[in-house]
Amino acid sequence: MLDKTTKADQNGKPAVAMRIRAEFAKTEAMRFTSHLDLYRAWERLLRRAGLPLQFSQGYNPRPKLQLAAPLPLGMTSQVEIIDFWLSGETYDLDQIHSLILSSQPPGIDIRTVEFVDPTSPPLQQEVSAAEYEVIVLDQEPLLNQKVASLLEAESIIRQRRNKSYDLRPLILELSTVHGQSQSLQMRLSAMEGSTGRPEEVLLALEIQPEATHIERTRLVFK
Amino acid sequence: MVSVSPNIEARLQRILPTVRKPGRYTGGELNQVVKDWEQVETRVALVFPDIYDLGMSNLGLAILYEILNQREDTLAERVFAPWIDMEAAHRDNGIPLYSLETKHSVAEFDILGISLPYETLYTNTLNVLDLAGIPIFSAQRDDSDPLIIAGGHATFNPEPMHPFIDAFVIGEGEEVISEIVETYQGWKRHDSSRDSLLEAIAQIEGVYVPSLYETHYNDDGTLAGVNKRFEAAAQPILKRIVPELPPPPTNLVVPFVDTVHNRIPIEIMRGCTRGCRFCHAGMVTRPVRERTVEEIVEAIEKGVASTGFEEIGLLSLSSSDYTHILELVKAVNQRFSGRHLSISLPSLRIETVSVDLMDQIKDERRSGFTLAPEAATEKMRQIINKPVSTQQVLDTAREVYSRGWPTLKLYFMIGHPSETLEDVQAIIDLCKAVLKEGRKAIGRRAKLHAGVSTFVPKPHTPFQWSPSDTKENILAKQELLKSQLRGKGLKLTWTDPDETMVEAWLSRGDRRLAEVVYQAWLHGAKFDAWKDQHDYQAWMDAFDKVGLDPDFYTHREREVTELLPWDHISTSVRKQFMAQDFARSQESETIEDCRHSCYACGVLPTFADQRRENPGESWGCPDVSPRGKKSELIQLAVPSSDA
Repeated sequence: MLDKTTKADQNGKPAVAMRIRAEFAKTEAMRFTSHLDLYRAWERLLRRAGLPLQFSQGYNPRPKLQLAAPLPLGMTSQVEIIDFWLSGETYDLDQIHSLILSSQPPGIDIRTVEFVDPTSPPLQQEVSAAEYEVIVLDQEPLLNQKVASLLEAESIIRQRRNKSYDLRPLILELSTVHGQSQSLQMRLSAMEGSTGRPEEVLLALEIQPEATHIERTRLVFK
Repeated sequence: MVSVSPNIEARLQRILPTVRKPGRYTGGELNQVVKDWEQVETRVALVFPDIYDLGMSNLGLAILYEILNQREDTLAERVFAPWIDMEAAHRDNGIPLYSLETKHSVAEFDILGISLPYETLYTNTLNVLDLAGIPIFSAQRDDSDPLIIAGGHATFNPEPMHPFIDAFVIGEGEEVISEIVETYQGWKRHDSSRDSLLEAIAQIEGVYVPSLYETHYNDDGTLAGVNKRFEAAAQPILKRIVPELPPPPTNLVVPFVDTVHNRIPIEIMRGCTRGCRFCHAGMVTRPVRERTVEEIVEAIEKGVASTGFEEIGLLSLSSSDYTHILELVKAVNQRFSGRHLSISLPSLRIETVSVDLMDQIKDERRSGFTLAPEAATEKMRQIINKPVSTQQVLDTAREVYSRGWPTLKLYFMIGHPSETLEDVQAIIDLCKAVLKEGRKAIGRRAKLHAGVSTFVPKPHTPFQWSPSDTKENILAKQELLKSQLRGKGLKLTWTDPDETMVEAWLSRGDRRLAEVVYQAWLHGAKFDAWKDQHDYQAWMDAFDKVGLDPDFYTHREREVTELLPWDHISTSVRKQFMAQDFARSQESETIEDCRHSCYACGVLPTFADQRRENPGESWGCPDVSPRGKKSELIQLAVPSSDA
């Protein structure tokens, strides 16, 4: 879905007309919608809105959409960001906002829209870290100690998809919060090639991810 | 299984993250209809007994969902079979099968409408009932259990499922579904017995309540007779049709997850006039009824606005035969080109005009073009009544490749009893010749995909008397294909002969086979249509246990005089017509498109009143004269109840 065709557009079709950035929450209804399916949901949202989404050229035209950082399946998020390109007519921001608001499906809750310089770098390259809040459903009496000892470790070697890697440098911050329910806050690296996954942190803490609710609360930009 | 409804939603919270593709089990999608459970009189669960990914692509389900939910007094919710991992979670945690919309336990619904488009869903149907905590056998259900109805193409021979389903709907469901709901409501208000419900339902046209009939058999195992046990029940049971196709559903549910077809399906026409002798759909969906070009274009527009789907499927059994196909293609092109929609027009005739049609639609993706020659020798084409010349196939293929489709997919069918290895060799030769055309046109980019299925003789077709090919023959034919259809640019897919056998037994099964279905399920058979799941041994064990010979159902040559287990179900196509056409097949005689010349199959006299009220070109059958004056045609045809 990622576009590689900005150049082709400059040669063929008129240059990119509008690049729009939308911030949205991915809520409970879409908790189990994958990254790829979220792209599709946005393509359909824009088609319902009647907005002329730009497509790449070539044999298999792809809609020009960029999501900032993949959100693992099973998590909700308060802060997803997407860029999309429109071609043809020009629209003002209020028009776009109201059209996409009235076309949003359950699970997408659009907060803000803004114009972005079409030549600015791909959204994925601008994210450096992500923050998560994890509600622990079953009481973990030793949570504080577990967190402390994890943070003390020099390295945390874990296996994922048959590859071993060190989780420790990907954990930028980790703390417990004791309110009505036990929860964790974490800030994990989200650079291309070094992305920390919250459920990996939970497994390192010996907490089953399905016994938690994980929500992304912030994307940190470079 | 437990049948009380616990707080399902809360318990799912911990289960869903542990199963594959949990988005299948959540509901909550765009355009789903949620009504207040307490505020409606009747609650219907629409059940597709395979996974969400398949069920959400089923048009019949979408049609009934819309019709039922348009009724103020009724709600309809969706139910699918859970995949293996989710089924285990249901059973381990004692969570009954639930509906996607409001997470009510399936057993709490008033009516279950089960979709049975093909036979390999039978064991899954039993599994779904079991997961819902509903007794598998109709006879064990009482007033507290839902009414279980089933419909779909497989139910034109309902007998192998007769003890599990309370009532079958024969034919098209658009009108009869409301009649069933209203009859149910009338019964419930009077609070009478389940027997009286079944008797009331049995009096609706097109509804078959199997418990109101009994069968007996000859010593050789063939059927001796079917007797009604209830005077007002119909015999034969004539299928329902809608004389005019109602507007297609457009406010379709948009899945969160990828499904088999992510598209707006729009039937441009129902029925087929081609008369391919193997084709069950072509026989049971007669007569041809077309929608207008305006209606189709409007439906696409509405569908895109309400779903945003990227693909439109213009569906029919033979798109080229749609009367206004050129106008349709032109209108679609004018309205929708440049909007990045992929528009498919499947089932095109093998002729270069079809390539023109696809070209005009300007489908951006041009990924593949599909044609179905079915056979590769003159002999086989005459036997199956699909006369297409090799030259036509080659000419069409050349056009397809040279106009920008790098992949051509050709469908063939093996396994007719008169087919030899030479006929199969001809399929190989034709495929290679086609690929050669492709190479000439576009070089090494040209690809050919041969999809070779295996013939299953189907009830209500001229081949209903024909034996199935033996497993040994099928394997030998497939080996030949596999050994030669290989190499760069060639892809071959085929059907597992074990799966074909399950379909073949059940297609022409009688009531006694129901015990085999039950035993197969007890032995672990489910997802019979899934290559990696179906369990041939479970079926063999089941036949063994019940003491029936599977070959009786598949490999026996039936006499045309034999009473067939589905003869009391009428598609309106006369048995005598099918016997004549079977004889023509044996004489290698073909018949032409019956739009041009009526062969008096029996549809027109049966539905003469409906035709009279819908005259002109919307039907494929000839017009009938006004009431009172009998036309020659009607005199020519014999009544349909010779079954």
